[in-house]
Amino acid sequence: MEVLSVHNLSISYGQSIALDSVTFSIEQGDFVGIAGPNGAGKTTLIRAILGLIPAVDGSIFLFGKEQKVFSEWQSIGYLPQKNTSLNPLFPAIVEEVVLLGLISGKHFPKRVTRNDRRLVREILEELGIGDLREKPFDELSGGQLQRVMLARALVQNPKLLIFDEPSTALDPKSRDSFFELLLTLNQKKHITILFITHDTSYIQRYASTILYLDRKVMYFGTVENFFAKKEFRDKENQYHIHYIHDHD
Amino acid sequence: MIDVSFFHFIQYAFIQKAFLAGSFVAITCATLGMFLVLRRMSLIGDGLSHVSFGAIALGLFFGVYPFYIAIPIVIIGSYFILKITEKAKVFGDTAIGIISAIGIASGVILTSVSSGFNGDLFSYLFGNILAISTTEVVFSVILSLFVLLVLTFFYLDLFSVTFDEEYAKTTGVHTDFINILLTFLTAITVVLSIKVVGVMLVSALLILPAVSALQRARGFKQALFFSVIFSLLSVFFGLFLSFSFDIPAGAMIVMMNVFFFILTLFYKR
Repeated sequence: MEVLSVHNLSISYGQSIALDSVTFSIEQGDFVGIAGPNGAGKTTLIRAILGLIPAVDGSIFLFGKEQKVFSEWQSIGYLPQKNTSLNPLFPAIVEEVVLLGLISGKHFPKRVTRNDRRLVREILEELGIGDLREKPFDELSGGQLQRVMLARALVQNPKLLIFDEPSTALDPKSRDSFFELLLTLNQKKHITILFITHDTSYIQRYASTILYLDRKVMYFGTVENFFAKKEFRDKENQYHIHYIHDHD
Repeated sequence: MIDVSFFHFIQYAFIQKAFLAGSFVAITCATLGMFLVLRRMSLIGDGLSHVSFGAIALGLFFGVYPFYIAIPIVIIGSYFILKITEKAKVFGDTAIGIISAIGIASGVILTSVSSGFNGDLFSYLFGNILAISTTEVVFSVILSLFVLLVLTFFYLDLFSVTFDEEYAKTTGVHTDFINILLTFLTAITVVLSIKVVGVMLVSALLILPAVSALQRARGFKQALFFSVIFSLLSVFFGLFLSFSFDIPAGAMIVMMNVFFFILTLFYKR
């Protein structure tokens, strides 16, 4: 079953082209990593899929429906980059934050039910953070915060999970355990995963498919073939060196 | 020195009316104010209160009960704040400044070209809850209940947009609608609050209980609860002290809110 398909998607910021005729599709159960140099349009692509920015040209289909008329947002879990849009003053506890993941399946007037609280408890337990349920959000460590945001994305039992740089705030050990968790979700629950990462070693280790972007689709196919091709391996090494240099 | 006992004080009909109206307005301001403060929209209350100054002057000028005119005009003012922010490529605080200036300037012009209502206008500038009429009490209670009901119905959407607007969009929340709703509710609440604390101090009633609550609260519902408690206590003690020391009630209610804010600074979470 086709979960996501993007046809000739083009997006511009003023005169600058962010994405140029991007086309690809993802099937149920795929574990897709998006890579590419800085400014390649990775985050733009994800934001466009989620309807946060409009496409100049082209179309996006989610579960067979055109995104403009798509309404079953509960099928999609999203974990944004670094949680930059979060309000640091907000006095929420973990349970209140994770409950937000259930909004998309509700109709007016949206109420929190006993069943919602049970679902939140269950997902927190499943992710090994059941003891954090009553903890204030601003007292969480980087790793805990990431798991809570993952719980928010998972609580609605989505079919597609979209992550933008899911592990940037984590130390290497937490990062590994985070990706192990994603792999388990992908293999046991058959959740389709689409994620951006700067560290392509994680794509190599965990993903089945890679989408290599540089405003256009440079490569879309299996991870094995990508890393077997010398041109991409060189490009990737060069980009990786730049990335590490930029972030030193 | 306090020369009245509490039981003596609460027996007066005008005090009972002030308590009733003041309590409903306090709960409304405390609840709505929490969303405004966390959304960094605190100043909208100030801007809209200035618009209400112009609207009240217009009502007095034409001899119409000012609140009947103030509600639609302040709602229109709130709409223009949103539109200017959206269309004129200016930040929200700039749009508030523009609309606020129009409100004040209109009020001053209407006051200068008319005569005889300066005294009435003064009572709207600084509030006069102890002189609230039965009709005004009913008006305050009904509108407060309306605002609180809408806030209850849209609680989850408001909570989501306030916590993380971008994420809220990805869950299908109509964030533009929620922003418009919040602004319109603020317009109604500002007009409601004028009788309690006056045009000059309305924003204090929206901001102070919320910021006091934020110093202590561990969760959002707890923050709303604390905000309502601080706001109600401020009305209660403000009215009591106002009556006891013959000090304007609106200013005393605001000073009680300031007192609770300072107190919470010493007992932060």
